[in-house]
Amino acid sequence: MAYPTTYRYTKEHEWIEVEGKTGRIGITDHAQGSLGDIVFVDIPKVGASVQAGKVFGSVESVKAVSDLYSPVTGTVTAVNEDLITAPEKINTDAHGSWIIKVELSNAAEVETLLDSAAYEKFVTEETGH
Amino acid sequence: MATTVQDAQQAEDKGRKFAGIRTKVSSHLSQNEALVFEKSSPGKKGYKLPTLDVPEVDASAVLGGAVRKDAGCLPELSEIEIIRHFTRLSTWNYAIDLGMYPLGSCTMKYNPRVNEFVSRIEGIAEAHPYQPESLSQGALKVIRQLQDCLLDITGMDAITLQPAAGAHGEFTGILLVRAYHQSKGNPRRKILIPDSAHGTNPATAAQCGYEVQNLKSNALGMVDLAALEQMVDEDTAALMLTNPSTIGVFEAEIHKVAEILHAKGALLYMDGANMNALVGKTRPGDFGVDVMHLNLHKTFSTPHGGGGPGSGPVACKKMLEPFLPTPIVEKAPDGSLRFNYDRPQSVGRVRMFYGNFGMFVRALAYILANGPDGLRQTTEDAVLNANYIRKNLEDTLELPFKTPTLHEVCFSDRRQAAKGIKTGDMAKRLIDYGFHPYTVSFPHIVSGALMIEPTESESVEELDLFIDAMKQIAREAEENPELILSAPHATRISRLDEVGAARRPVLRWKPKAE
Repeated sequence: MAYPTTYRYTKEHEWIEVEGKTGRIGITDHAQGSLGDIVFVDIPKVGASVQAGKVFGSVESVKAVSDLYSPVTGTVTAVNEDLITAPEKINTDAHGSWIIKVELSNAAEVETLLDSAAYEKFVTEETGH
Repeated sequence: MATTVQDAQQAEDKGRKFAGIRTKVSSHLSQNEALVFEKSSPGKKGYKLPTLDVPEVDASAVLGGAVRKDAGCLPELSEIEIIRHFTRLSTWNYAIDLGMYPLGSCTMKYNPRVNEFVSRIEGIAEAHPYQPESLSQGALKVIRQLQDCLLDITGMDAITLQPAAGAHGEFTGILLVRAYHQSKGNPRRKILIPDSAHGTNPATAAQCGYEVQNLKSNALGMVDLAALEQMVDEDTAALMLTNPSTIGVFEAEIHKVAEILHAKGALLYMDGANMNALVGKTRPGDFGVDVMHLNLHKTFSTPHGGGGPGSGPVACKKMLEPFLPTPIVEKAPDGSLRFNYDRPQSVGRVRMFYGNFGMFVRALAYILANGPDGLRQTTEDAVLNANYIRKNLEDTLELPFKTPTLHEVCFSDRRQAAKGIKTGDMAKRLIDYGFHPYTVSFPHIVSGALMIEPTESESVEELDLFIDAMKQIAREAEENPELILSAPHATRISRLDEVGAARRPVLRWKPKAE
């Protein structure tokens, strides 16, 4: 699976696509693959503040509940309501299924995140295949 | 069995794909059975009452509008139908009394019959919690004696038997931690939890109002002391640690972990889930633990699963004693035992009455029947069994942490995953071989974990059957992966739609529309 080059990534397997002052945040295809079938997504409310490296929600699969870590600091401006009734969309299209949109309070944070090549290398090292 | 061997041999001769020889099980007929509500027919009874020989009372005249018009939806069956209903269902089940139950960290050990015998003695089984203390001296003595035994085993100073299970014990233990810090003026803000911990640990911390901070394990699967030292500060209330950890590794530097915490006034909580690896060998109280819970339903052989009930005593050091739940059992000046409710600093009651008393009786029977040497032997056998499995399967399955392990062993599905076979698939296939699955996909620090804990209960013959089953499954994964992906095959029903059940759960049976 190709990781979009326009996205930035965390070592906790979230991606962010920044456009202007807003970022769309989701989880990577690798993350959905290791979680397995996702059955529930716990999403924050619009207006909530998120902090870089801190938990903003969770995804639940048949195997486990995993925390979602925000790649950036900012305020939630939109949440993907579709995922509440159809969490499986993350499984079928992880890179197209954003979970929250965030207005960035510090755009410089994005520069500290992994680019697609570095993330792919990280995943290869972590899984060994 | 002979047929099975022949079939497999023939399959091989004909060049068909490999399917293992399942020597532990043969198929046999089991009875179909509907829900008890579906079997009901109106008016059918399992009893016959004599004719009324007292004046009949009109319920509606006495109760007015409160009188019930119908009995609700209750099944109506004859006695034999009820007996067959539950007997049939019981034959569909798997239990420790049928075979090895290798769920890692769950310690599914055999529940000795002597425990059951003792708990059914009339004076014990029929004791009532409202009986006056003067008539309950025997029961109080059971509580007191079990407390003394558990304190001796753990090396702690004080204990409560009230919590009803492990997670409840954790909750009680962290309440003690909170009360202790509060008594010093500040409950503190956060609790540290290693990434290998049971999911109940962070849930407990959050439930008690603490912020959870994740502590990463080092390459050996142990607490990273340098990382710990960096994270602990004056806002740290406690570290919740499972020792040995969920991959069965003993925290060799546990005393240093305790020192780092204590230097900042933080406490060390130990999750006693894996106490079956320590009993009689080492004591948490001696290696710096301040508060911990035990699982009588794991380590001390009281029933586990199927409703238990469980029991999760919490033991602590002296400085936490004032906060223990009320009541506590104490000795009166005349030598008799009594409950003390006058504990102004107590966190309060965490369970009605005194906890799951029937489990105290069973655990005490187990401890006394084994004695100190027997308990030590139990621990050694549990560790030996787990290492026998580790040694025999380490060429078949990937062993992500090479650190020596105690009572359980944690493999990864990495080799089989290359063929598309994951830990959950092999677990389903293991059912066909006549075993309960091991713990699947946990702990999370191992990708695709197979966590296996045989306990001391298993003979070498049963362990060999298990090892043989796992080796054959690994060969099937290589040569016949479809067989595993669609397993189980020999069960009454094949693989369930777990995803559908989680996404669209049907939680209540409803009668079919007429």
